Amino acid sequence: MMSVTRAEVCAVACAELFRDAGEIMVSPMTTMVSVGARLARLTFSPDILLTDGEARLLADTPAIGAAGAIEGWMPFGRVFETLAWGRRHVVMGANQIDRFGNQNLSAFGPLQHPRRQMFGVRGAPGNTINHATSYWVGNHSKRVFCDRVDVVSGIGWDKVDPDNPAFRFVNVYRVVSNLGVFDFNGPDHTMRAVSLHPGVDPDRVRENTSFEIAGLDDAAETRLPTDDELKLIREAIDPKSLRDKEIRG
Amino acid sequence: MTDKRTTLDEAVASIESGMTIGIGGWGSRRKPMAFVRALLRTDVTDLTVVTYGGPDIGLLCSAGKVKRVYYGFVSLDSPPFYDPWFSKARTSGSIESREMDEGMLRCGLQAAAQRLAFLPIRAGLGSDVRAFWGEELKTVTSPYPTDGGYEELIAMPALNLDAAFVHMNLGDEQGNAAYTGIDPYFDDLYLMAAKRRFLSVERVVPTEELVKSVPPQALLVNRMMVDSVVEAPNGAHFTTAEPDYKRDEKFQRHYAESAASDETWQQFVRTYLSGDEADYQAAVRKFGEQQ
Repeated sequence: MMSVTRAEVCAVACAELFRDAGEIMVSPMTTMVSVGARLARLTFSPDILLTDGEARLLADTPAIGAAGAIEGWMPFGRVFETLAWGRRHVVMGANQIDRFGNQNLSAFGPLQHPRRQMFGVRGAPGNTINHATSYWVGNHSKRVFCDRVDVVSGIGWDKVDPDNPAFRFVNVYRVVSNLGVFDFNGPDHTMRAVSLHPGVDPDRVRENTSFEIAGLDDAAETRLPTDDELKLIREAIDPKSLRDKEIRG
Repeated sequence: MTDKRTTLDEAVASIESGMTIGIGGWGSRRKPMAFVRALLRTDVTDLTVVTYGGPDIGLLCSAGKVKRVYYGFVSLDSPPFYDPWFSKARTSGSIESREMDEGMLRCGLQAAAQRLAFLPIRAGLGSDVRAFWGEELKTVTSPYPTDGGYEELIAMPALNLDAAFVHMNLGDEQGNAAYTGIDPYFDDLYLMAAKRRFLSVERVVPTEELVKSVPPQALLVNRMMVDSVVEAPNGAHFTTAEPDYKRDEKFQRHYAESAASDETWQQFVRTYLSGDEADYQAAVRKFGEQQ
C-alpha cells in the first residue's frame, strides 16, 4: 500500500457519492468532486454522465482540465430540463450548512443589505427540490457548519412540507468534508457522521462544528483508496494534484 | 424588407429611465457589452434589470443606473468570481434584489414569451427566494391530484421586459442571427419577452451568407424577434463570444481590480468609458499590447 494523502481519501469519498447512481448526470461543482466523479466513472459507476463544465457531455474520462471525445450536448437550458426531470446528482460547495442541510452560497447578512455578497442562490433551490444533492466542504469549521444559515439557497430537510407532494423529490444526500463523511439520517433528519477520515478523532469534528452531530463516536473510518484507485487519481485524473488546493488540514 | 441596422447610441436613445430591461448572455459569456457601454453614456437611470448577471450588471451598478435586479446569480465566471460593483451596490443597500433560482428566471421569460401571467415551477419552494420576493412571488395549487395530495408550486410570474439586449456571432440586416458557439443561452427568450428588441452581432452579412455559414438549428433568432441590428465587432468584450474570441481574462481582472478605490476606478473610467465604442476598442487593444 502506497502512503495516502487526506485529499486522496476525500476524492474516494466523493466518488462513493455516485455508487449505484446508474445512468444519471453527475454535476461536480468543484475540482475535488470532479476527481471523485471521474474516479467513480472509471471504476464502479461507468454509466454516469459527465460534462466538460460547459455544454458538452464527455464520452471520454480525461484528466481534469484536459479535453476528450464528447458524446452529446448539454447547454444550460437542457441542464434545467434535466434537473426538473430528476436524473441528476449535483455536488455543490457551501459557505454555510446547518444541521438539517440548509445551505448558503448567496450572501452573508440581511437579504436586502448583506455584509458580504457571493453568487446569489444560483441553481441551489432548483437542485435541492428536484434531485439528489450533496456538498463538498474543504475546510470543516464552525463558520461553515453553523447553527443557522444567513440565506437558504439549498433547502434542508426541515423545509420539507409533508402535506405538499411538490417536496417528494428532496434528497439532501451527503456532505463530504476534509474531516469526514456525513448524511442526514440523525434524529429528525439531522446531520449524522457516516465515517471520519483516518487520523481524525470525534473531538476534532466536535470542535469544528457549531451543532451536535449524531453518531460521532460510533462513526466508522472512511475507507482508503485501493492501489488501482490511487493510480487512477495520481496518473490519469489529477496528475497536477489540483485536489490538494481545495483542502485544509 | 426592412433594413434594421442602426448605431449603438441611436439604439439606446429610446431607452427611458425606469424601464425594465433584459440582458442576454450568461455570467461573463456573450454579454451585449457594447450596448451596456452605450447605456453608460446616457443619463438613463432607475433601471430594473433582468439578467443571468455578470459584468453587465456590475458596470450598470458602477454608474448608479440600477434600481432593482431580477437575477439567478451574478458571476464573473473566473477569479475573483464575485462582481465588485454588484457587491458594492448590494452591501450598501442601494439596489432591491429579486434573487431567484436560475431555472426560475428562464421560466419567467418563457411565461412572458407565451403571454402567460405565470408558469408553475418547483424551484424556489422552501428556500429564501420567497423572502427575497415577499408578496411579489405567490404559489399555485394544482387542480389535479399527485400521490393523493395536491401539489402547491411556485407561480413564477412573467418577466415582461420593456427592452431586451442580446449579442450574437453572426446576423443579417433584417435581424436573423446565429450563435456559432456551444450554447445559445436564453437570448431568444429575452427577445420574445420584450417590447423593444436590440441585437448586436460580431458581423452583419447577407442572409445568403448567414444561412450558408451555420447549420439551420444555430439560427436562434429570426427577424420577427428583432427591431434594431447593430454591427459591433468585439461587442461582447471582455466576456467570451467563442468561437470568435475568448474572455479577455486579463482585462476582466483589471476591471475587477480597478473597482477597489475611487482613484483606480476614475482612472478606468477615463481610459475606457469616457469616449465612444471605437475609443473603448482602441484602448482595449492598447491594454492588450502592453500585457
